[in-house]
Amino acid sequence: MDKITKVTGVALPFAYDNVDTDQIIPAEYLKITRREGLGRHLFNNWRYLENGEPNPNFILNDQRYRNACILVAGRNFGIGSSREHAVWALADYGFKVIIAASFGDIFYENAAKNGLVCVILDDKELDTVRRAALNQPLELEVDVERLLIRYSGMELRFKMDQATQNRLLTGLDDIEYTLKFYSHKIHEYEAKKPAFLGPRKVDLEGLEKAFE
Amino acid sequence: MAGLSVFQKIWNDHIVAKEGDRFLIYIDRHLVHEVTSPIAFRSLREKGLTVRRSDLTLATVDHNVPTTDRAKPIDDKLSAQQIEALRVNAKSYNLPLLDYQSPLQGIVHVVGPELGFVLPGVIVACGDSHTSTNGALGALGFGVGTSEIEMVLATQSLWLRKPATMLVEIRGSLRSGVTPKDVALNFIGRVGVGGCIGYAVEYGGPLVEQLSVEERMTLANLTTEAGGRTGIVSPDEKSIEFVYGKPYAPQGEEWDRAVNYWKTLKSDGDAEYDKSVDIGVSDLEPQVTWGTDPSMVCGVSERIPNPEGFRDQQQRRKAEKALEYMGLKPGTRIDEINVDAVFIGSCTNARLGDLIQAARVVVGRRVSPRVKAIVVPGSQLVKRRAERLGLHRVFIEAGFEWRNSGCSLCLGMNSDRLAAGTRCVSTSNRNFENRQGFGVRTHLTSPIMAVAAALEGRFIDARELSLDNVGIGG
Repeated sequence: MDKITKVTGVALPFAYDNVDTDQIIPAEYLKITRREGLGRHLFNNWRYLENGEPNPNFILNDQRYRNACILVAGRNFGIGSSREHAVWALADYGFKVIIAASFGDIFYENAAKNGLVCVILDDKELDTVRRAALNQPLELEVDVERLLIRYSGMELRFKMDQATQNRLLTGLDDIEYTLKFYSHKIHEYEAKKPAFLGPRKVDLEGLEKAFE
Repeated sequence: MAGLSVFQKIWNDHIVAKEGDRFLIYIDRHLVHEVTSPIAFRSLREKGLTVRRSDLTLATVDHNVPTTDRAKPIDDKLSAQQIEALRVNAKSYNLPLLDYQSPLQGIVHVVGPELGFVLPGVIVACGDSHTSTNGALGALGFGVGTSEIEMVLATQSLWLRKPATMLVEIRGSLRSGVTPKDVALNFIGRVGVGGCIGYAVEYGGPLVEQLSVEERMTLANLTTEAGGRTGIVSPDEKSIEFVYGKPYAPQGEEWDRAVNYWKTLKSDGDAEYDKSVDIGVSDLEPQVTWGTDPSMVCGVSERIPNPEGFRDQQQRRKAEKALEYMGLKPGTRIDEINVDAVFIGSCTNARLGDLIQAARVVVGRRVSPRVKAIVVPGSQLVKRRAERLGLHRVFIEAGFEWRNSGCSLCLGMNSDRLAAGTRCVSTSNRNFENRQGFGVRTHLTSPIMAVAAALEGRFIDARELSLDNVGIGG
């Protein structure tokens, strides 16, 4: 994963609360075994009409925001299904930052692992940013190092948990890192684990036969 | 020093390491299914890594499998490919797989507890948000994305931030015909779909003690619909009895040791929580969702709300949009709404107890001719046990289709998807737009309410039908 310290780009005001991951990427696009190319199905059912033409009333189809890479959403963005495909679709489309009042927990974790920056602002601050982005394309700068948003001479501070900030700034792969520095700890933990927490060894084929 | 909650005890017992505000948490059980795992396995392979503990991993196919004849090949090429990918991965990493034709195949959150693979006190990870279901046993279930699936495969651990804790105390007793599903929907309605974001939710109080483990699963399952990171009930004699004799559960002396350990996990009387919520349920009536997320819910005797009455502008807009999608007008009585399809199934409400309750309402009645109704058991074992009790005959004679197990219409990834405009009453967990098919209008209810709607062809308070023997705790 690339290191992310700062993102600058156009903000797209997305005035919906409770956007669930089914809307971000419908289930029919989960039948893939590769993660690339999901961007064209991002918000599929809102973005396209039944005949497959772009829905002119949907903001992603508004030419003014064609190059937007910062999504200014509402409350509870990314709730519902754990599908990481939602993050892959947003990133593949070109989004680098999502700003919202709150995020679904699993979505938030998935985002960090793919270098998609999730910024939490309170309702009022969020509303201010969204309004500023509403009438004309607004250029925003999101500084992950100093946890600041800058636009039109304004500056907004935001909070981010240390673990997520570190992951974005260092671009470290959790698996590589854990295997390198914590393998022995995991071994030690496993050695202490009581045997009764099992699972018992089961002959699955035998069990299946018993129920046939 | 204050006591500890069941969540804190289990969490503390699984800390491998700590780094700033994140913990390396050991994962005792990893449940894997065909849809969210293939990319994790691919990435693992590309990095030259392997599965650390295949003995702590169990795979099944559920999300996209057909629920029709299992002897036939799978028509949908992409589904067949995903299932084949899991088969190949299971084989190359020596993972136990409950395959398409296995008599033990089923929905991942049903088969884990059913086989004793999940035990009280363990931490379970699965690439599915409803992993919270396992909390009913006094286990901790974490739903994760594909990157974290890969992390668990490779390291049997996860870097997690510690969730805040919330105690939900449920007070009062349920009236006949009111179920844990109604309690959960009502709770989500009160706190909203984001109400529990960041929290590990514990359910407590005398009512929860009375509930069967299966009924607790419905509560724990729906925690995620209030945004909760996980949901849990303290293990007690019921959960211990539930696990006893299951294939993967400990036996003999190991069993005794396990029971002694499980008894220490119950939340202490003086445990502290970051937040406590009391909900009274004595006046609760059966719940029906009317909108496009599970918090848009009301009692069956109520009317569709008028969005103009919502103070919050965002909520008003959301409700207007939801009613437009749902094809409903403010002020409409719930029992005036006709229905076209009924789905009894999903990890929320398709275990044996759910099917028994539903069948009791069906006995001697017929499905309305305008309704297509299907019953999809939570697992092939549930199906087999239901058939032993003759439930399949009750459903089939009434006009329901009796299917094989899978997630089916809960998320519409298989051919069970419905046509645009269909109004479906569903015992599942999400009424999101287009979830059961493009343009399909989903209403979430309990199994008995769904069955009642199937019989009448419209919503009806299930209690108007005779509901002898339909109580809780069974």
